[in-house]
Amino acid sequence: MASSSIASSSTAFINKKDVGLSAFSSQHSISVQTAKKRVSKKIVSVMTPQQTERKPATTGSVKTGMTMTEKILAKASDKPEVSPGDNVWVNVDVLMTHDVCGPGSIGIFKKEFGQNAKVWDREKLVIIPDHYIFTTDERANRNVDILRDFCTEQNIKYFYDIKDLGNFRANPDYKGVCHVALAQEGHCRPGEVLLGTDSHTCTAGAFGQFATGIGNTDAGFVLGTGKILLKVPPTLRFVMDGEMPDYLLAKDLILQIIGEISVAGATYKAMEFVGSTVESLSMEERMTLCNMVVEAGGKNGVIPADKTTYDYLEGRTSVPYEPVYSDEGASYLKEYRFDISKLEPLVAKPHSPDNRALARECKDVKIDRVYIGSCTGGKTEDFMAAAKVFLASGKKVKVPTFLVPATQKVWMDVYSLPVPGSGGKTCSQIFEEAGCDTPASPSCGACLGGPKDTYARMNEAQVCVSTTNRNFPGRMGHKEGQIYLASPYTAAASALTGYVTDPREFLQ
Amino acid sequence: MAASSTLSSSITTFKLSPCQPRASFIIASVKLPSVSSDNPFNPLISHFGPTPKSPTIAPLRCSAVSTTPETTTTTATAFHGLCYVVGDNIDTDQIIPAEYLTLVPSNPDEYKKLGSYALCGLPSSYQTRFIDPDEFTSKYSIIIGGDNFGCGSSREHAPVALGAAGVAAVVAESYARIFFRNSVATGEVYPLESEVRICEECKTGDVVTVELGESRLINHTTGKEYKLKPIGDAGPVIEAGGIFAYARKAGMIPSRDA
Repeated sequence: MASSSIASSSTAFINKKDVGLSAFSSQHSISVQTAKKRVSKKIVSVMTPQQTERKPATTGSVKTGMTMTEKILAKASDKPEVSPGDNVWVNVDVLMTHDVCGPGSIGIFKKEFGQNAKVWDREKLVIIPDHYIFTTDERANRNVDILRDFCTEQNIKYFYDIKDLGNFRANPDYKGVCHVALAQEGHCRPGEVLLGTDSHTCTAGAFGQFATGIGNTDAGFVLGTGKILLKVPPTLRFVMDGEMPDYLLAKDLILQIIGEISVAGATYKAMEFVGSTVESLSMEERMTLCNMVVEAGGKNGVIPADKTTYDYLEGRTSVPYEPVYSDEGASYLKEYRFDISKLEPLVAKPHSPDNRALARECKDVKIDRVYIGSCTGGKTEDFMAAAKVFLASGKKVKVPTFLVPATQKVWMDVYSLPVPGSGGKTCSQIFEEAGCDTPASPSCGACLGGPKDTYARMNEAQVCVSTTNRNFPGRMGHKEGQIYLASPYTAAASALTGYVTDPREFLQ
Repeated sequence: MAASSTLSSSITTFKLSPCQPRASFIIASVKLPSVSSDNPFNPLISHFGPTPKSPTIAPLRCSAVSTTPETTTTTATAFHGLCYVVGDNIDTDQIIPAEYLTLVPSNPDEYKKLGSYALCGLPSSYQTRFIDPDEFTSKYSIIIGGDNFGCGSSREHAPVALGAAGVAAVVAESYARIFFRNSVATGEVYPLESEVRICEECKTGDVVTVELGESRLINHTTGKEYKLKPIGDAGPVIEAGGIFAYARKAGMIPSRDA
């Protein structure tokens, strides 16, 4: 009973600190949620040290406010507080790896901890083959085999395997793109630390957690210990207010921000997104926002959890979680404010994600193809958005238009969910009528080029409008290829004209 | 150089995997203990995110800290060779294109192969190619870059490919976070930061020396010298000999011989 009384006093303390966050409309439900979720053995053990270490009365020190990134890292390192620049050992809640970096991470784990070593927690490792799946490349196939052998040997609970490459639907366990699958399968939870051997692991920050990408060697260390040494990043705060026009998507917001601060503007830093516009975004749109923080060099992106978050998590996870929120007195390295109601559809021109331009400024750029897919732009709502443009135009695409749903769930949605205002048509029907390619098997696809036989890989020096995240030289295959990063609206509009096109041409 | 003492190792012992002979390394006043064979993972060095303002030099570190605590470490190594000069925002796709990520770096044969593809993603505007056709390694042992070197993906294949190709150090104005950390964590290349924009003052093929102890790069072709930034927060971890050794020292994981 002693521990439970400690836990509840901690609750009171934290809630008191969070009172200043009334800016969030969902504050009331947050408090309720916090209290409800607090009944957890794990949390009690984390909170206990605070009672002994925090002695403001005896030291006379005044506790300074923390950002939510700092709070998550403090909690995960069993410290009462941390400051930017502190190096702390952090307990990892979830480690994700995939077919490209998993085999190397496993190799390091075995070399370092021994051939018979066991992973630190068979339920906290999530292995998701997704990069090079539908290929005849023997090494790529072998890498998935390595993952399977390891998961069998270690009795890994969450392994989303694929064996039948001929028909992905014959593999009920197979998911597809790891960052989208992590969310859909309930592995993203507020307040937790999620690491992955992929730079876009930052996507999960949309759930109000700390999430960042690491290399094989660090992952090998986490596999053995469940811990990682992390430097606490300072936070850049992005306040986005104003009603989002219906021709914009989260992709436009993040392209705006990256264009503003450059591809290195957030290097080593956390990017926190708040404001009424962010609160109005769905989980998938929040994921798009956080997905591309690494394109600004960011260590993590984070969005405070709210009712939208809890609703998404309902039924997806039974693991208790504990949301945290930035204190009113938290220090930010810098604050940026945006009036989203004034924003126009954007693209990032070749060959850098910060090479921002208005879509309408590029209307004379003739394109050869359009690609809709990836962790950034291959989610259900991304396809719904594209379908909305095709539906509004009633026309056919003028360039090859490739569609790669991120996951099996997204693929099912594309084939089953009715598009609003279409009289019950699904995305797949609308895409077929518009003359797009048939939606492909879910995977990372051609976002990062991949083996030569990857579907929709850019094997010639073409110009592509893509809903993906990077447009560095060679990203989608051909070194001299040109990639315009854009929202699904802009991508669909461009497919209809054969030029980079502002979606307002069809949506208004 | 008297202060530099016992435990510097040759750079080849620093590598995770067997590596190719590379451009000459000048090792100043070093006694080479037998550190290379029994502890292949010691050389792991990890770095934990400097801010761009608190940059780093990774001094050459001997690996045997955890197993031979009686020896002390030191940092007097230099790299000497031809440099290869690139610009800003060299992303990981240019360092190692994604189609080669099927190669697993912890497998020695595939490690070597990764090296043969290093920087092959650079556009054709780079007329002098980093690796000659049919070669596994490069004649350039030092890369000089601009801002944000190694941006993009978290693939550890990037520093590994450079290391496997025979690169000892990258000297850039700044780094993307994950590339930096992976470089130190793998011990494949030293990610060093320059105080000024030397990628515009050096040309591919210039003969350069990087002196770690002196935090200096000398371009013998032009006769110019440049200061490099001093070590940052990576210090304690590098001192220990990398993330695994640091963790063992801190009691975070059991020591090897336990």
